[in-house]
Amino acid sequence: MSCVLILADFIGGKNTKTTAELATAAARIGDVCAVVLAPTGQGAAYAAALVQGPISTVLVVESDGFAAHGVGAAADVLTQIIAQKNPAAVLIASHAFGKELAGRTAVKSGSGIITDAVDVAADITATQMVFGGSTTVHSKISHGTPIITLRPNSITADLKSVSPTIEMLSFDVAESSKKSTLTSSQPPVQGGRPELTEADIVVSGGRGTNGDFAAVEAFADSLGAAVGASRAATDAGWYPHSHQVGQTGKSVSPQLYVACGISGAIQHRAGMQTSKAIVVINKDPEAPIFEIADFGVIGDLFAVLPKATEGVNARKA
Amino acid sequence: MKIAICIKQVPDSWAEKKMVNGLLDRINVDAVLNDLDEYAVEEGLRIAEAHGGNEEGAANSVTVISMGPERATEAVRKALSMGANNAILISDPKLAGADALTTSKVLASVILKGEFDIVICGTESTDARMSVVPAMIAERLSCAQLTFASAVTVDPAAKKVVITRVTEAGVDEMFGQFPVVVSVVEKINEPRYPSFKGIMAAKKKTIEVLDLSAVGISIENAWSVVVDAAPRPPRAAGIRITDDGGGGDQLVKFLTEKKLI
Ligand SMILES: Cc1cc2nc3c(=O)[nH]c(=O)nc-3n(C[C@H](O)[C@H](O)[C@H](O)COP(=O)(O)OP(=O)(O)OC[C@H]3O[C@@H](n4cnc5c(N)ncnc54)[C@H](O)[C@@H]3O)c2cc1C
Ligand SMILES: Nc1ncnc2c1ncn2[C@@H]1O[C@H](COP(=O)(O)O)[C@@H](O)[C@H]1O
Repeated sequence: MSCVLILADFIGGKNTKTTAELATAAARIGDVCAVVLAPTGQGAAYAAALVQGPISTVLVVESDGFAAHGVGAAADVLTQIIAQKNPAAVLIASHAFGKELAGRTAVKSGSGIITDAVDVAADITATQMVFGGSTTVHSKISHGTPIITLRPNSITADLKSVSPTIEMLSFDVAESSKKSTLTSSQPPVQGGRPELTEADIVVSGGRGTNGDFAAVEAFADSLGAAVGASRAATDAGWYPHSHQVGQTGKSVSPQLYVACGISGAIQHRAGMQTSKAIVVINKDPEAPIFEIADFGVIGDLFAVLPKATEGVNARKA
Repeated sequence: MKIAICIKQVPDSWAEKKMVNGLLDRINVDAVLNDLDEYAVEEGLRIAEAHGGNEEGAANSVTVISMGPERATEAVRKALSMGANNAILISDPKLAGADALTTSKVLASVILKGEFDIVICGTESTDARMSVVPAMIAERLSCAQLTFASAVTVDPAAKKVVITRVTEAGVDEMFGQFPVVVSVVEKINEPRYPSFKGIMAAKKKTIEVLDLSAVGISIENAWSVVVDAAPRPPRAAGIRITDDGGGGDQLVKFLTEKKLI
């Protein structure tokens, strides 16, 4: 069976649950080799985190260039691995870094690329949802090694326990791939909530919160959810930019998305329309967000959310 | 400094989009300048203005570069009326339906010839939505990639560009030496409206239109093919209630019944 590369998805040194999703999709195509790009001296620790999902082999490359030079360095090494292993396909998480890495690797390796897939079949046909989720497209890559980025949370991961074989590889990062240099990096303030793109439930607040996210956060915490925000809320400085959902923020596909005081502009929808279920709380019955709601409450979020929070907490008690 | 700004004409975000033979129907929809590229134009102009301006004879020039059909001249004119001096439009029937690999190849060739110091892009085109063209241009030019910038500082004497960016992993600061490819997020600035004077001046500016042979490259067929495309069934109309004090409880009941919690 041919091997399929996935790029193990580490964010801030932590393996995300997207890695198992990538492995699950890749296992339909062939034997899964997970590539781990780790800082020098941390390869073994990174590899040890890959114990879930149908992964056969972990390929570890250590370099301080990954942190220092970002996408360019990662693309350089990934291309060398592709040349050595000649995989049937390469699957990468579809976030900003993953897409750029896929793009540069496609150029370097002479391969076609598909981004934002929500599914990948055994014959390497990718499914995408375009035009705000209104159209489903199936495509295939006709050139080189298919490189596909898969949206986090789109497929159900096979979480079986595994102990893959670990192979240490050694590659140098070319000088030409070290043109941009990181000088400082501040980790995000996480506050104990799940990561937005990985969360099963996202509760978001918009202009309707009027700057007070306490009710949104309390409801999110009762559900163990991540907190998102519309651009109106991040622009006003009410919530950090990193929590913006939408075209120019993050794309999320949780099981449940709760939009509170958000009107549903097309740019907001672009980042949440593929959510499995959508619940809306908005005072204005004309708000366009109701068009895509599975359950909509016409009402004041400051009245509805505390009641709902109480209700959820009571169920748990 | 020679500054290039890559802009794309896209179907209006609000227009209903359709697929024809596996490609986006671009003929029958209103087309506009990709709104995310307006931030790139604005940032390019601000960089020039902060370091001696871009008027005739000034130290800097600002050139907009676009690949698209003839009628993309409308979007290019808008960028010119905001204040860019020069424009290059690459237009060729062979480029219809070009993918990101081809687009980046074409743009990179034009950028290389123009010997630009700073290339500024938007973070994504609202139609293709791939966010890969800037990274691919950087790869093709083997130059610094400074993408998703929410702040940009340029030191022309040191030929150095520093950016701040928000990523999955936090807030980063990074730098590169000329030539650099920057992409900017919509938080970075407030794009200006073209002034009347700007609009009049833009009418007199020339747009250099190049076909593929003038660019001097050939292109391959698309590297990915659409097998099929189908409209998804519209979402079933949801339940809607008006809160009379019990809205929160009904919401929880819905979530419980649907096993969402
Ligand atoms: C280039 C570009 C990119 C963009 N990218 C994004 C993006 O990534 N993400 C994004 O979200 N937006 C984005 N936008 C902005 C988008 O167009 C909207 O302006 C934005 O989403 C509006 O945010 P909102 O829904 O919170 O605010 P509004 O549209 O003002 O809606 C507020 C809603 O709250 C309701 N409300 C008010 N008070 C209450 C209350 N007490 N209880 C309940 N409901 C209440 C109102 O009825 C209203 O419907 C982008 C725009 C542009 C031009
Ligand atoms: N056809 C094009 N002509 C000029 N610039 C483009 C074109 N396509 C993409 N770009 C630039 O690349 C950015 C990202 O586009 P994309 O990768 O298509 O999402 C855009 O915001 C533009 O700055």
